[in-house]
Amino acid sequence: MSANHDDHHHAPDGHGRALRLGIGGPVGSGKTALVAALCRSLGPSLRLGVVTNDIYTTEDADFLRRAGVIDAERILAVQTGCCPHTAIRDDIAANIDAVETLEERFGPLDLVIVESGGDNLTATFSRGLADRQIFVLDVSGGDKVPRKGGPGVTTADLLVVNKTDLAPMVGADLTVMSRDAAKVRDGKPVLFTSIREDKGAHSVAEWVVGIVDAWHHEHAHSV
Amino acid sequence: MHGDMAMLLLADSRLPAGGHAHSGGAEEAVRVGAITGPEDLARFLRGRLATAGVVTAALAAAACEVGARPAPERWQRLDAEADCRISAPAQREASRTQGRLLVRTTRRIWPSEALDSLALAVPDGAHHPVALGAAAAAAGCEPRQAALAAAYTSVTAPATAAVRLLGLDPVLVHRLLADLAPALNDAAHEACVIQADDWSDLPAHAAPALDLLAEQHLRTEVRLFVS
Repeated sequence: MSANHDDHHHAPDGHGRALRLGIGGPVGSGKTALVAALCRSLGPSLRLGVVTNDIYTTEDADFLRRAGVIDAERILAVQTGCCPHTAIRDDIAANIDAVETLEERFGPLDLVIVESGGDNLTATFSRGLADRQIFVLDVSGGDKVPRKGGPGVTTADLLVVNKTDLAPMVGADLTVMSRDAAKVRDGKPVLFTSIREDKGAHSVAEWVVGIVDAWHHEHAHSV
Repeated sequence: MHGDMAMLLLADSRLPAGGHAHSGGAEEAVRVGAITGPEDLARFLRGRLATAGVVTAALAAAACEVGARPAPERWQRLDAEADCRISAPAQREASRTQGRLLVRTTRRIWPSEALDSLALAVPDGAHHPVALGAAAAAAGCEPRQAALAAAYTSVTAPATAAVRLLGLDPVLVHRLLADLAPALNDAAHEACVIQADDWSDLPAHAAPALDLLAEQHLRTEVRLFVS
């Protein structure tokens, strides 16, 4: 993964580089499916890169490569030494290295998605790594999860509640989830998805296009 | 006096330079059954300190000296000395990755000519001990402090990994680390006896078992750690 880039680091303030979008959430909530869906929806119009933080193997990266939604070489996998939250919050060095490697190999890029390893409700991305972040829950984790809050649920720029198709089967009340999420999120957006039914996660993709446009606008003079 | 504080920061496992994802061979040793509990771990750590630990400490000390009078040719020569002391390609790659991340992190903490010149001279990533020594120089450390930090992290990384992988009692493992204090001092001492720039005499202790573990680790499907 080595790249000759030690002397052209991108400015920490974001000028001249892609928007970095973190996607976090508990194990099995659909983070990788969401990344694949976003690649499907956004690939034709945006220049993308993806970094995965697999817990054990390169399974998530392999899934994305097999899905064929993005060129295989535009996906890099980072290992996290048993601690996925450390790699996205406390010691982001390996992730930054992967992001910058992608930008140097394929840049300029519009969007680099960093998918965290599946973790718990307290895992959020450092601002040093992600400019914006999405937290992904699923209805089968229980409709009490939004009420329980935690930094992922309360502070993420977008909360996605996935697998709504399963709600009747697991007895999850989407109205309760929606009301509780609104209460703890202070007006920040929440989107309900069923990526199994909507392979492009179109509502989420639309939100991402909005933040990428805003980012370009904000940093327009140097991109 | 600034050197003490800098040494603590550089040796701290919380330094955000990617070290948390390296096990120094411990993950593979656990997988193949070479480390199963505290007794095995104690022997592993002692062996690692006496071999890779001493070599890494000596390279860090030499790099700290170079950092006081940095020049591209000296960095390249010292990095080549490191290269020929790390036999397993898997370890070389892990060492360069860690070095690259360490330079990136420490350049922002201690902006300096020492680190800038190293980044330019070895752009794909200097070996980890060379980067550590350069950072130590940038932060105001003496070579001995650089050697201590290098030797210390050479045993704390596998110790922490073993705690995570085997669920060992972390207090007991810290006692094992405390018991290494005399050996750690000896390693730092051995690391600093070489005359400036006479690097061919730097320690070159081999650890074939660690080399084999590193190569096997790279081919293992389920890995939590980079190395």
